[in-house]
Amino acid sequence: MLVKVLVTPRKGILDPQGRAVEQSLKSLGFGGVGEVRVGRYIVLELDAPNVEQARETVRQMCGQLLTNPNIEDYTFEIEPKEAGSR
Amino acid sequence: MRWGVVRFPGSLDDADALWALGQVMGQEARALWHKDEDLGGVQCVVLPGGFSYGDYLRCGAIARFAPIMKSVVRFANDGGLVLGICNGFQILCEAHLLPGALMRNRSLSFICERVNVRVENAATPFTCAARQGEVLRLPIKHGEGLYVAPDDELRAMEERGQVLLRYTDAAGHQRDAANPNGSTRAIAGVANETFNVFGLMPHPEHAVEAALGGEDGLKIFRSVVMSVERKPAAASTAVSSRSSI
Repeated sequence: MLVKVLVTPRKGILDPQGRAVEQSLKSLGFGGVGEVRVGRYIVLELDAPNVEQARETVRQMCGQLLTNPNIEDYTFEIEPKEAGSR
Repeated sequence: MRWGVVRFPGSLDDADALWALGQVMGQEARALWHKDEDLGGVQCVVLPGGFSYGDYLRCGAIARFAPIMKSVVRFANDGGLVLGICNGFQILCEAHLLPGALMRNRSLSFICERVNVRVENAATPFTCAARQGEVLRLPIKHGEGLYVAPDDELRAMEERGQVLLRYTDAAGHQRDAANPNGSTRAIAGVANETFNVFGLMPHPEHAVEAALGGEDGLKIFRSVVMSVERKPAAASTAVSSRSSI
């Protein structure tokens, strides 16, 4: 399966990168830009018997390593494509 | 007393920490290899500065899973003294031995300069050789030193006195211009609830000789020596429980 994890700084937590990008966008003249937050996109292949178990594994991965639960939120999607069938 | 300085792949300041402890202070100091699990009966573990594991993913996120960290966590939970400097501070936060996290500096730039930090709580094993409110001059060099923690956690930490160092000006006044990285509440160093784990962004090991531009860093290391020598029984208990593992 193909797992796509999107990690973003938690709302309310100071995100210096997001703020810098926000200011740059505004100074380039892009009107209507609100709060910007810069995160991380992780794509990984995972061998799992079914999507439900893959989901549980990914949650554990996010809790232990892929994110810092103190300061980051995450969402993920799983494409049930067979790993190694490329 | 016996000190151990952990050497991760990407550690930079391990040799300087060993120099400060061994050569300058005459302590028994040895390097601890990240793949080992034996702490060798040391009485204080130092996690040095650097870019452990290339700072991949998040600073300290990978180092946290090094084999030696299992022993460091156990040592800390048994009351052993652990000092994390810069990257070591980041690792301690990732390992949940300290609250909060360190993010990119407000300026998004790497900062290398000398700063002033005020001792907010001098009644701990890491600050007892300094005076309450004393301003120490120490170097910083980091890209990710902006300390954050949830508001309720910060309030509780302040009430318990866990904020040990805060960025101030030379006179000890807290002001935004004296906060180099934008840390919440100008926090430069925090301890855990039991005050046996301490992390700080400034580098005491780079301020131990006049030739280096200052000696204020010695106060941090001397504090640890004082606190260990003051209660030898507690320290030896921690050591003996370690050597059985």
